[in-house]
Amino acid sequence: MSTTLAPHTDAFVKRYLSEEIRAAIEAFYPRYPSRRAVVLPALHIVNERLGYVPIEAVIEIAQMLELAPAQVQDTLSFYHFFPQDKPSGKFKVWFCRSLSCSCREGEVLMDYLAEKLGIHVGETTADGRVSLLPAECLGVCEFAPAMLVNDTVHKDLTKEKIDAFVEMVKAEKLGARG
Amino acid sequence: MSFPVLNYEPVLLANIHKENSHTLAVYEAAGGYRALRKAMKEMKPDDVLATVRAAGLRGRGGAGFPTALKWSFLPKDHPGPIYLCVNADESEPGTIVNRVQMEEDPHQIVEGIILSAYATKSTTAYFYIRYEYPLSCQRMQAAIDEAYAAGFLGKNILGSGYSLDLFIHRGAGAYVCGEETGLIESLEGKRAWPRIKPPFPAVEGLFRKPTVVNNVETMACVVHIIDRGAEWFRSIGVPPNPQDPRDVGSLGPKLFGISGHVNKPGCYEAPLGITARQAIDELAGGVWKGRKAKAVIPGGLSTGLMSYDELDTPLDFAGPLKVGCLGLGTACLIVMDETYSMVDFLYNSCRFYAHESCGQCTPCREGTHWSMMIMERIKAGKGRLIDLEYLAEIGNTIGIIPGTTICGLADGAAWPIKTCIRKFRGELEDYIKRTNPTGYAVEVAVPALTGTNGKPH
Ligand SMILES: Cc1cc2nc3c(=O)[nH]c(=O)nc-3n(C[C@H](O)[C@H](O)[C@H](O)COP(=O)(O)O)c2cc1C
Ligand code: SF4
Ligand code: FES
Repeated sequence: MSTTLAPHTDAFVKRYLSEEIRAAIEAFYPRYPSRRAVVLPALHIVNERLGYVPIEAVIEIAQMLELAPAQVQDTLSFYHFFPQDKPSGKFKVWFCRSLSCSCREGEVLMDYLAEKLGIHVGETTADGRVSLLPAECLGVCEFAPAMLVNDTVHKDLTKEKIDAFVEMVKAEKLGARG
Repeated sequence: MSFPVLNYEPVLLANIHKENSHTLAVYEAAGGYRALRKAMKEMKPDDVLATVRAAGLRGRGGAGFPTALKWSFLPKDHPGPIYLCVNADESEPGTIVNRVQMEEDPHQIVEGIILSAYATKSTTAYFYIRYEYPLSCQRMQAAIDEAYAAGFLGKNILGSGYSLDLFIHRGAGAYVCGEETGLIESLEGKRAWPRIKPPFPAVEGLFRKPTVVNNVETMACVVHIIDRGAEWFRSIGVPPNPQDPRDVGSLGPKLFGISGHVNKPGCYEAPLGITARQAIDELAGGVWKGRKAKAVIPGGLSTGLMSYDELDTPLDFAGPLKVGCLGLGTACLIVMDETYSMVDFLYNSCRFYAHESCGQCTPCREGTHWSMMIMERIKAGKGRLIDLEYLAEIGNTIGIIPGTTICGLADGAAWPIKTCIRKFRGELEDYIKRTNPTGYAVEVAVPALTGTNGKPH
């Protein structure tokens, strides 16, 4: 191992992010006096498009923002929000387990959904359709129990609504992401 | 004293039932941006600040800190930039009111931000919003775009010579990002580790520049103070106690979120100072299924528990403190009926804080995790009476108030524990004895269970 290239130098990185993604990230630069402030927007941009933020993307983001990859990885790992190993399911379900939902049987329904999907809470179905993640208060407590599926809140959940959701997911044709 | 709650005419929520309430056209038709036009034409930044001071507005983000006082901590004649960060992280369990405002009346917030930025001489404002609010984010962005197009944002606002940029910044699912210095660190692209204070943000905040962090509802109040005047604001709520020169009162309208075991959970507006009982019975249609409330959180999980006997406590900045709660917090109530177990409550609360502790301070990191593990064991029928002493010790020793941690998250973890043990000890003891009849009196160390019932923490 004689090369001494730092992993974030240009020569090391094969372009991993698309031009579209890079342009979306660059569009955030003028908003802040520091490049580092673009870390979270950049992570969201990649995560929204690819469903995860693999290490290659971390390295390229770091290079764009003139940071060490460890700085980006440090921030990323704090939030427990950006999967790194494989994309999350096409339906990303955040199921609320905080007090207002729990006292209206939210956690019972979360377990019911997990059972119907044949996974544990925290996992993704084998076909990559659904990720079921426990969430703390989603801020929709007046509609408890609730879950957030991608950008849509499912309110006042019941077993019947969970059944209907699972049917809908099964019927959905799976195309390419985003 | 009782307020005619149901006759109260809402101000902050006046628009929300209108069709397309989130659009500029509907907002302006109801008098929106009138306050901004007035301020840009007739008022200097210091006039706006003076009016907000005269109104006695206290921040709606949880601590009730006087807003004009916070603004006045900014250094005078600073060359800039000065930043305004608006806190729309709203992740405290039970808290929903900022979301309703953002979804239904985003222009009211934008107008309040422009006025507040003007008063603080900020030329860039960041709107920090939790990621799990997609609709709020979309509505806020649309409102900001409309405001730019109408000349309310950007260069030379309404010909006043004042310029302001307003940017949305999305969080990534961590409660501690709502703590003002955690928010600042997160905005800077780092892990949201709250900072040791001083320096306070007013002196050295975002990008090391003077910074004000304010809550969404605080911004909305500013609009109506400028529009209707300080006297109008002071005519609502609880005036300062003349016997106590340090009391600044609890003035103005307030949004109350009410959830849990009530008939009509929702977001309601009422004067500060209605009682918890009025909120539950008159606003939220009473406890569901004809039952009685056993315990009520007065203002977000952090504030701890009120018992049934304490429900006549006024929901103003001083009220919940008098019954041993942390404070009014976010004024979002969670109601638990007589059938709900306080063991389930405390387990749920401890798990939340263990999950959300950022881990910087040992008392918070260890205290929240141990309290969760103890509650897990109690819930599983392996509790001992001595566990309640351990929990109480954790509750009494973590937080800014005992002085062992950097931020208030640990206080938020402590108050549910302390108030639950103080007010519901009998029920907790009965549960432990009933579920662990042979072991409840054991006092030697026992192993913790592993994992939260096999689920991820
Ligand atoms: C752990 C923690 C979480 C907080 N979350 C929020 C929040 O989501 N929204 C908010 O406005 N304030 C939150 N606060 C309070 C803020 O630190 C800050 O006091 C507030 O935003 C100031 O706004 P105000 O002066 O308008 O009340 C939180 C505080 C702590 C300790
Ligand atoms: S009190 Fe807890 S959340 Fe706050 S800084 Fe310390 S460890 Fe982090
Ligand atoms: S507790 Fe579930 S949304 Fe608030």
